[in-house]
Amino acid sequence: MENNLLEVNNIEVVYNDIIQVLRGVSLNVPKGSIVSLLGTNGAGKTTTLRAISGLLKPENGAIKEGYIKFDGKDTTQLLGTDIVKLGSVMVPEGRRVFKHLTVNENIIVGSITRKDGSKKIKEDNELMYKHFPRLSKVTNRMAGYSSGGEQQMIAIARALMASPKMLMLDEPSLGLAPLLVKEIFENIQRINRELDTTILVVEQNAKVALSISDYAYIMESGKIVLEGPSDELQNNPDVKEFYMGITKGGGRKSFKDVKSYKRRKRWM
Amino acid sequence: MSYFFQIVVSGMVVGSIYALAALGLVLVYKSSRVANFAHGQIIAAGAFITFYLTTTVGIPIFFSFLASMVITFFLAMSVERIFLRRLIGEPIISVIMVTIGLASIIDGLIYLTPFGTENFSFPPFLPQDPLSLGGVSISWTQLVGMIITFIMIGGFSWFFKKSTVGISMRAVSDDQFGSMSVGISVPRVFGLAWATAGLSAAAAGCIIGNITGLNFDTLHAFGIVVFPVVILGGLDSILGAVVAGIIMGLIQQFASGYLDGNWGLNGTGDVMPYVILLIILLFKPHGLFGIHEIERV
Repeated sequence: MENNLLEVNNIEVVYNDIIQVLRGVSLNVPKGSIVSLLGTNGAGKTTTLRAISGLLKPENGAIKEGYIKFDGKDTTQLLGTDIVKLGSVMVPEGRRVFKHLTVNENIIVGSITRKDGSKKIKEDNELMYKHFPRLSKVTNRMAGYSSGGEQQMIAIARALMASPKMLMLDEPSLGLAPLLVKEIFENIQRINRELDTTILVVEQNAKVALSISDYAYIMESGKIVLEGPSDELQNNPDVKEFYMGITKGGGRKSFKDVKSYKRRKRWM
Repeated sequence: MSYFFQIVVSGMVVGSIYALAALGLVLVYKSSRVANFAHGQIIAAGAFITFYLTTTVGIPIFFSFLASMVITFFLAMSVERIFLRRLIGEPIISVIMVTIGLASIIDGLIYLTPFGTENFSFPPFLPQDPLSLGGVSISWTQLVGMIITFIMIGGFSWFFKKSTVGISMRAVSDDQFGSMSVGISVPRVFGLAWATAGLSAAAAGCIIGNITGLNFDTLHAFGIVVFPVVILGGLDSILGAVVAGIIMGLIQQFASGYLDGNWGLNGTGDVMPYVILLIILLFKPHGLFGIHEIERV
C-alpha cells in the first residue's frame, strides 16, 4: 500500500544464531494512524519493536529473513542512529530515562540527531512542556528522582525531540497506576492528533490500547495470530476472554468461578 | 604570614595541574567506565609533540601547543578506534588490561624516538623573573599554566553541561540502551571521550613539562600520580577532579612546608595526600562528587 509509513514483511529474528524469536511477522502501520501490538509476556512484541528500530545488535540478535521498510526505504539492516535520523524513534520498555541527568537535559538530548538548527529545537523543547505541564515544574530535578509517570512522560518527550514521523512505545503502562495509564494514553492520542505523529504502541493492557488505536495486531509465540480494526477486536469474544478478562456474559470473571483449565484459544 | 600565602599559591598551582591531568581520566571513565592506565603516556606524548614541533620543525611555541592538542586529539581517537572499539560490550576488566598493554607498548616505542631517557626543556618564552606581590611570588610559567588550566576546565565543564553532544556523552554513561534508542551513536561517543581526554592530556603535558622539564618517566608517572585525585573527586565528576586536585595540591604543599623538618619528619608532602584521601573515603566512599546510584523503592 502506498500510504503505509512502516511495512514489516515476514521477518524472522534469531538471537545468538540459535534462538528463533520471531517467525514471519508482518505488519503495516499507515501514515497518521495509531496501531497497537498486543500479546502476553514472551510473545515477541519487544523484539519486533527492536527489529524495527535497529536495536537488535546489542542483544546479539539479527533479522534473518524478510524486510522492513520505513517511509519507502529499506531499513532491515540499518542500525539505531540511522533509523532515528529517518524519523522513527522508540520509547524503550521500562522508560530508560537518564537518571543522573536533569529532566530538561533528558529532553534536550533527544534532539541529538537533528540538523535543523537550535531555534527549532528550542521551540520543540518548550512545546514538550506544553504537552506535559507536569514536567515544567521539575525541569532541573534529576530524572532518577521522578515518579514512574513522570519518567514515562520524560521518555516520551525525549523521543519526540527527534521530531519523529513515527513514535514507537514499548509498554507505556508498565508499573503505572490506572489513572496515570489513562493520562499517558490521552497524551499519546493528543500527540497523534496535534503533532501528526504516527504511533505504534506495544501493550499488555489490551483494553486501554484498543480504546485509542485504529488497528491492532495480536502476537503469540513469535507470530501474529489475529489482526483487525480495534473496535472489531474489542468485540471479539476470544480477545475479550484472553486479553481483557471478560466472559461471554459481559461481566467480569470472578476468581471463584475460574476453572482449572483454560478454554483452548481458537486460533492456535 | 607571607610564608602561608606562598604555600597557598604553590598549592593552587600544583593542584590545578593535578586537576588538568586528572581531567582526561575522568572524561574516559565518565562515558565508558574504563580506567585508562595509558593516560600518563598520552600526557608525555602531547608534551613531546609540542617539543618536537618547536625545536625541530621550528613552529612558534604557542602554535605548536595548539597543534599538539589537535594531533593528540586525533591520536587518542584512533587509539580508541583501533584497539578499544572492538571491545565494546566486553567486560571492563579486559578493556583496562588493554590500556595497560598500550602503556607498555608506548613505554617501549619511546626508545625509538630521540626522547627516550634524557631530559629536555622547552625553550624559555616567558619572562624569567618571578612575579611578586606582597612577599608572595609566582613564576610566569606557573601563572600561565594555571590560567590555561582554568580555561580548559571551564571549557570542558561548559561543554558537558550545555552542549547537546556533551549531554549525550553523559547520557551514554548513564544508560547505553536508552541512549541508543534516542539515536546517540555509542561508539562515536566513546571515540569522542578518548579524543577530548587526549586533548586535555596534551595540554597537561605541555604545562607540566614547562614547569618541571621534559622527561618521559616523570611525565608518564603523572598518569598514575593523579589516580588518588580522581578517586577523591569521585571518578566521574569534572568538578570533583578540580576540587580534589586543588585539595591534594594544598595538602602536599602544606605538609612539606610546615611538617617537614619539624619533629624529625621528612617527605610528608608525598604521604599526607594519601592519608587524607583514606580518611575522606572512609566517610564518603563515592568520593567528594561521585555519582550516587539512584534507587527508587
